[in-house]
Parts: sequence; structure tokens; C-alpha cells
Amino acid sequence: MAAMHEGNILQVKDLRISFSTYAGEVEAVRGISFDLRRGETLAIVGESGSGKTVTAKSLMRLLPKANTLIKGGEAIFEGENLLKLSEQQMQKIRGSKIAMVFQDPMTSLDPTMRVGKQIVESLRKHLGLSGQRAKERAVELLTLVGIPNPEDRVRQYPHQFSGGMRQRVVIAIALACDPQILIADEPSTALDVTIQAQILELLRELQERLGMSVILITHDLGVVAHTAHRVAVMYAGKIVETGTLREIFYNPQMPYTWGLLSSISLPTADRSQDLIPIPGSPPDMSDPPKGCPFTARCPYAMRICAEDMPEYTTFSAEHKAACWLHHPMAPNIDPPARVGSAR
Amino acid sequence: METRRDELTADQFERLEVGTQDSERIVGPPVGFWRDSWNRLKKNRGALVGLAVIVVVIIVAYLGPLVSPYTPYGQDLSRRFADPSSRFWFGTDEFGRDMWNRVWIGTRVSLYIGFLAAFLDLAVGVTYGAISGLLGGRVDDVMQRGIEILNGVPYLVVAILAMLVLSPGIITITIAIGLTSWTYMARIVRGRMLQLKEQEFALASLSLGANRTRLLVKHLLPNSLGPMIVNLMFTIPLAIFSEAFLSFIGLGIQPPDTSLGALLSEGYKELRFHPYLLWFPTAVFSLLMISFNLFADGLRDALDPKMRK
Amino acid sequence: MLRYVAKRVVYMFVALLIIISLTWFISKLLPGTPFADQKLTSETRAQLYAKYGLDEPWPVQYSKYMLNVVQGDLGNSYYFQSKPVTEIILARLPVSAFIGIQAIVFGLIIGLVLGIVAALRHNRFWDSAATVLAILGVSVPSFVLGPILQYWLGVKLGWFPIAFFESWWHSVLPSLALSVFVIATVARFIRAEMLEVMGQDYTTLAKAKGLSGLAVVLKHVLRNALIPLVTVLAPLTIYIITGSLVVEQIFAVPGIGEEFVRSVVVSDYAMILGTTIFFSVLFILALLIQDILYGIIDPRIRVAGAKE
Repeated sequence: MAAMHEGNILQVKDLRISFSTYAGEVEAVRGISFDLRRGETLAIVGESGSGKTVTAKSLMRLLPKANTLIKGGEAIFEGENLLKLSEQQMQKIRGSKIAMVFQDPMTSLDPTMRVGKQIVESLRKHLGLSGQRAKERAVELLTLVGIPNPEDRVRQYPHQFSGGMRQRVVIAIALACDPQILIADEPSTALDVTIQAQILELLRELQERLGMSVILITHDLGVVAHTAHRVAVMYAGKIVETGTLREIFYNPQMPYTWGLLSSISLPTADRSQDLIPIPGSPPDMSDPPKGCPFTARCPYAMRICAEDMPEYTTFSAEHKAACWLHHPMAPNIDPPARVGSAR
Repeated sequence: METRRDELTADQFERLEVGTQDSERIVGPPVGFWRDSWNRLKKNRGALVGLAVIVVVIIVAYLGPLVSPYTPYGQDLSRRFADPSSRFWFGTDEFGRDMWNRVWIGTRVSLYIGFLAAFLDLAVGVTYGAISGLLGGRVDDVMQRGIEILNGVPYLVVAILAMLVLSPGIITITIAIGLTSWTYMARIVRGRMLQLKEQEFALASLSLGANRTRLLVKHLLPNSLGPMIVNLMFTIPLAIFSEAFLSFIGLGIQPPDTSLGALLSEGYKELRFHPYLLWFPTAVFSLLMISFNLFADGLRDALDPKMRK
Repeated sequence: MLRYVAKRVVYMFVALLIIISLTWFISKLLPGTPFADQKLTSETRAQLYAKYGLDEPWPVQYSKYMLNVVQGDLGNSYYFQSKPVTEIILARLPVSAFIGIQAIVFGLIIGLVLGIVAALRHNRFWDSAATVLAILGVSVPSFVLGPILQYWLGVKLGWFPIAFFESWWHSVLPSLALSVFVIATVARFIRAEMLEVMGQDYTTLAKAKGLSGLAVVLKHVLRNALIPLVTVLAPLTIYIITGSLVVEQIFAVPGIGEEFVRSVVVSDYAMILGTTIFFSVLFILALLIQDILYGIIDPRIRVAGAKE
């Protein structure tokens, strides 16, 4: 096991995960590596099917045992490889050291159990709190996530809360035992736009206040802009570019990232430019392409792209991208005007 | 891949023209809904066994009697209650009639009633449900209340009452059975109707001037085909069971005609001393019921993947 | 919550009224006249008709009948002329109820165990085994199972008595025959419910809290899966009612079912009518209880949602 880089709380190396389905083996994550620094928010961005949720769930070992194949890689946390721990050991970590927030607040909570009790479950299991003390802590947590009248609300059932409020409850549950890492899988996607902003703001505040490290999974670059320090862009099971927020938004180096940025509306962008959606859809992962997975949809594709996977080119301490365009033999390409003008 | 790095040539960096159709092509071959379901069904061994048994029973029911030199109605009092032997494969009953013949003839009748009643059930149920769902509003409300009222009486009791009013015969039994269990189908079809009515393609189609019947036949029915087939497969054993039940209490097929139910009833009377008269019809009957249920169960799983895995 | 219950009760009454009326109407369609079999002079017959009010115009008969029914009077049996139908039914009720309830309780327990195990061992041996057993149980009707049990456990092995109802021991075989279907139905239902719940987000969230597998099942999965089980109550009631018709015949148990079959054979229309109404009442009551129970145990109905 490699020594932990200073300031890293989680190191993921060459993670490979596949699923066995009746149609054959589907490679969901094909060798990704990333670090999570203490106290930062790392956003993992990608379309549906890019493997980001699978990555998140694999860190918590929440993937269904029946057909999941962890084919390789490590996830080093506190000196241990999360992928190799026993179920008992994982249960001690889940909810206490690493916690997760799911996408749909309408289905994340047990509809037949009072909200307070769902929070207390965590407290009881990991901190040994019970009775009055546990209830007080639950009320504290509800206050922390901004739910009014927490003393009353703590005894209510999930269906008595609105979507945004439920998501706050889910966050409260996740924070119950002061986790070091919070994994938020599309935490705002299922909510109304105005509520989205509130939840993201809440997450940002909490992260600052509590000093947690956050992995934020999303497909929405707009969300990223608000909350992330660093960004990793995933496509078809591979990370194609990583960098700080500024680097990704202002100096992206990979056509897929350009595509993502062109297809959203940035306040700083030149409004005279059209929004350009990325045509086509992601490749079939039961038979993944052997070259760069974005080739089929890339306006700059070259023959080598279909044949071979590009290596990473490093642009700065934090910024690297995997694209054949950076090979010395490749022609010089300027990023599309829209992206360039975001400078 | 390391070795290749050094051998990169300039032509590999030429533009690759990839149209969007190629990117779509890279996504695997499309598997249609029906083929997908068939694949799933094939994996369910229970369902396949069920189907096989059904087919075998049907074949034997039609060919079995042809193989035997005896007839189902020919009485010969000199050989009453003969045990099963190489001469009378299933033995004989109290009138000396060959049981092999009678069992398979009875099976034919039961199957016939079963299928017929199931189709009647389907026809009535689909029509009722479709009208209810399509017309919606007040009519729908009233029709649904009607169903709830009908469901308030246990369905076999309704069948019994029906048989009391009509006199027993194959057609009347079919009607009695078919008329009592259509409500489930009606509910399903109505549900689908309501669902599909709201969806865009229905609205779009209507706005293009298509009339309602066309909408019904071309769009809404094919979409409901899955549950309809599954329900049909479940209704057949239910109908066979209902017929057997009615015959068992004397309201079904009357002698000298016979059905599995009638045979069960007669066989039961002789259980003490001639149990074979009961066991053979029981075996066939149970085989049919189990197989239909296995198959229907598997069919439902195959057509509705949400449940499994 | 109260409004919910009140609505259900009102609905129940209306439904019953309609069912009773329809049943009465159907009874008028039954062929043959009562008393046709019996050797009577036309005078005596006319007298009997008058006594039973059968000579009056239909609307009059109907109103009289309905009025009586509301008071619990279902008329007198045509066969046992001095005995009121209600009395006969109530006298036989305890026997049928005992066997039926025993079958349900036994079936519930075994069915739950089977279904839960199947769900927890999804797609492995016990799951397939339980599913096959369940299908068997659903497919083999009680009038096939009854004789089989009677023969093997009663006659051949002599473990249980095969007829009448003189001791609890006598009730075992009939209840057993009825319970097989209950076991199968409950097992399939709870298995399906559990699988559905186990696939829900909140189950994954529970695991994400670090709860052990056992805790997740006990605290979250079971509770959510058991609530809908209440909806099996009404169909099972129907099943027990109709099953009793045959099972009581086979085991010569003096219950309501046996009486009903006999009344069919002798064309005792008053009895047939009365018993049908009784069955309907039972069923609708079961529906009502089921709805109310569901409202009580599902917090989504019991506690009104108050959005923020």
C-alpha cells in the first residue's frame, strides 16, 4: 500500500468495476484514479452511465453483491483499502466516517418510521447514544440543516415534509456522527430549481463549518460552479480530465469538457453564441471501445483516437487531461469560441 | 500498448469523420421488447417445464383415446371396478367404462371449458375496461362501482347461482365461469387505457384527426397486450378449477358426459375401496393446474422485469 | 382518519343493499317452484305459498324481504319449515369459523416464514424451492388436497379422524387442507413485497448508515413489507368461504358450507338466498376491516401529511 500523500483523506487508484448481466459483462468503471484532499469538495461530473454513481457506491461498498465484480484497484482511507475490508469493518465506517446522501429525497427515507428515529439509528449504532441524549442530538442536527421547529418535526413522518425538507433530513442523517467524508450523489437533481440552490448552499456552508471533505456527484456543471474546489470529468467509465474549478471552467483541455461547457448557459459566456449540445449518446459498456471513448461524438476525432487510449498530459499541479490532441504530433486546435470566451 | 507509442505515424493524426449515426451504432444492437421477454422466459426453467407439460397433456388428451380400443361411454357390467392393468390402463369405473378413455375425454372437456371461459372473460373484461377507461368521467365511475358491487359476492357463489338459474351444460358452465372472473381483466385494461390516454402520442394522434376506435386498436390495445396475455394464462387454470368445483358439488357437467371435475367427484365417492378412480383424474388435474400456474408466473416475470433482480 | 372510516362504512352498507337486492332478484329467476318436489295437493301448496308470501306481487315481496333482512330475519328455510334461516346459519357458524380461522392463522405463520426466507435468499436455492412450493400450493385446490389428506393421513396412517367434528383433532385435516392455499398466497405475497422494499432507496440508505444486514431487515424491510399484507385479508376470506363449501363436504363437517351445498341439492331457495347474503356480508365486512386496519397501520394514511 502506497504512503498517503500529505493532505489526502482518500486515494483512489485504478478502480475497475464491472457488472455481470445476462447480456454479458458490463464495464462500468474502467480504471480511474483520483484523490480527495482534506476539507475540499471534489466534483465528479459526467452524463448518466458514465460510472460516477457506481464509483460513489463502490467506496461505501453498497453495490449489490450478487452481480458486482470489483475487478481491481484500491481506495485508501485511513491506511486501509476500502475495497478489501470485511462487511463488519465497512459497517463501522459507513455512517460514521464516510456518509452518503442520495439523489431522490422522496424515496430515501423510510416512510413508516419517524424522522427522528431514523437519525437516532445512526447515533445509537456508532456513538452509543440513547434516549434523551440521542433525541437532543437529533434536534440539534435538524437545526443544523435548517429545519424550523425541530422539536416538533423530529417526531413526524417523512411524508409530512416537502422534497427540499426531506433532503435536509437526509443530510442531517448523514452528518449525525460527524463523518470525515460526505458523498453526495446528485443531491439536488430531483428538486425544484430554487430548492436546488438552497440545498447546495447548505452543503457548502456545512462543509466549511465542519471541515468535511465532500465528493459531489453530478451531471450539472452549473451545480459544480457553486460548490466545488476541484473537478474530475468522467466519461464512459474513465476520468478524462481533472483540475481546479478555475482550470476546468476557464482553461479546459479536453473536447468532452468543451462540449459540456458549451451545452450549458454560463453567465460569463458570450450570449451571441448558440448553445451546442453534444450529439449522440454514450457507448455501450458491455462492449467498450478500445480507444478514447469519446471518439464517436468528438468533432476533433483523429484515427488514433479510435485505436488507442490517450495518456494523461499534465498542465499544472492539479490539472491533467487525457486527449490525443495534446500529443506533439497532433494538429493545433483552438477550443470553441464559446468556451474560449469564458476566459 | 507501450510499444506502439514509438511507432505513431502522422497519418494516425488525421481527422476521423464520424457521423452521429456511427455513435449511435456503437451502442449495442437493439433488442425488442418481445425478444427480450422471450429471452427472459427461456431462462425460467419452471415456466418452460410448465409449458411443456401443458402441451403434452393436450396432445395426450386428444390422441390418448384414439390409442385405446375402448370407448368412454361403453358400459360392461361384467368388468366393473377393474383395477388398473395392462388391459385397462386406468382401470374401469362402476359401470365398467374404461377410465383411460374417460379421463382423457374429461380432460378435453375441462380444457375446452377452461380456454373458452378464459376467452370470454378476456372479451368481456377487455371491452368493459376499455369502454370504462376510454370514456372516463361519469361513465367510468359508474362502471367501476358496478365492478365493486359484483366483487362483493364471492365469485364461486355467483357461479353457483348462475348455474342454478341456467341448467347445467357445457355452454352454460362456460358462461357462468366466464362471467364471474372478468373484473380483474377489466381493471387492468382500464388502468392501461387511462394511462395511455394521457400520454403524448395519444394526444398527438387524436389531434391529427384519428378517431377513437383507431386509437384504440392501433395504439392502446397492443400496449396492453402483455398484461392481457398474462392474465389469460392465469384465468385458464382458474376456469378449469371453477368447473371442477361446480362439478364436484353437482352443478357442473352431468353424466354420462364427463369432465375432470365430474371424475373427481365420482372418484371421491369410491375413495375407500377404489382409490385409483380418484388418483388418475387428480394427477391430470393437478398437473394441468400446476403447469398453467408455473407458466403464467414465468410469463409474468418475463414480461414485467421490474420485479426481479 | 374518522372520515376515512365513515366513508368506508357507508359504502359497505350501500354495497350490501345492492347485493342483497340482486341476490333476491336472482332467486326469483330460479327455475321450478319451491315445494314442487314434495307431494302436495294444490290446496296445501297454495297455503304454503301464502304462508311464505310467495303469492304476492314482486315489489311487495321485495320490500317485505328487505325489511326483514335489515332486522336480521332471513325468512324460514323451505326445507326445514319451522326453522329460520338465520338460526340455522348462526348455529353452524362456530364450526366453520373455527376451521377457517385456524387455517388462516396456521397458514399465515408458515407462509410468512417461507416467504421471508425466500426473499432473503433471493435467487438461491431456498427462493426457488419456496416459489415452486408456493405455486404447488396455489394450484392444488382444496377438493383435491382434501381427499389426498384424508386418504393418506386419515385412512392409511390413521393419524387423524376423517369426518365429523367431535374434537379439535377432527379439525386438523380440514384446516390443513384449507391452509395450504393460504400458505402459498402469503408466502408469494410477502416475498414479492420484501423484494420490492429491498430494492428501495431507503433500504440502501439504511445500509449506508452502517446498520447490519439483520438490523436493516428487522427495522426497515419487514415493517414496510408487512403493512400491505393486510390487503390479503379479504381475498383470503373469500377463499376460506368458498373452500369451506367443499372441505366441509369432504370431511362431513357440520358447518355453513355443508348446509349450503345441501340446500342447493334440495332447492331450498330461502336457504340458498340467505346463505349467499351471509357470505356477502362476511366478505364486505372483511373488506371493511381490511381497509380500516390498513389505515391504522400505515402512517401515511393515519397521519395526514402537512407540507411545509
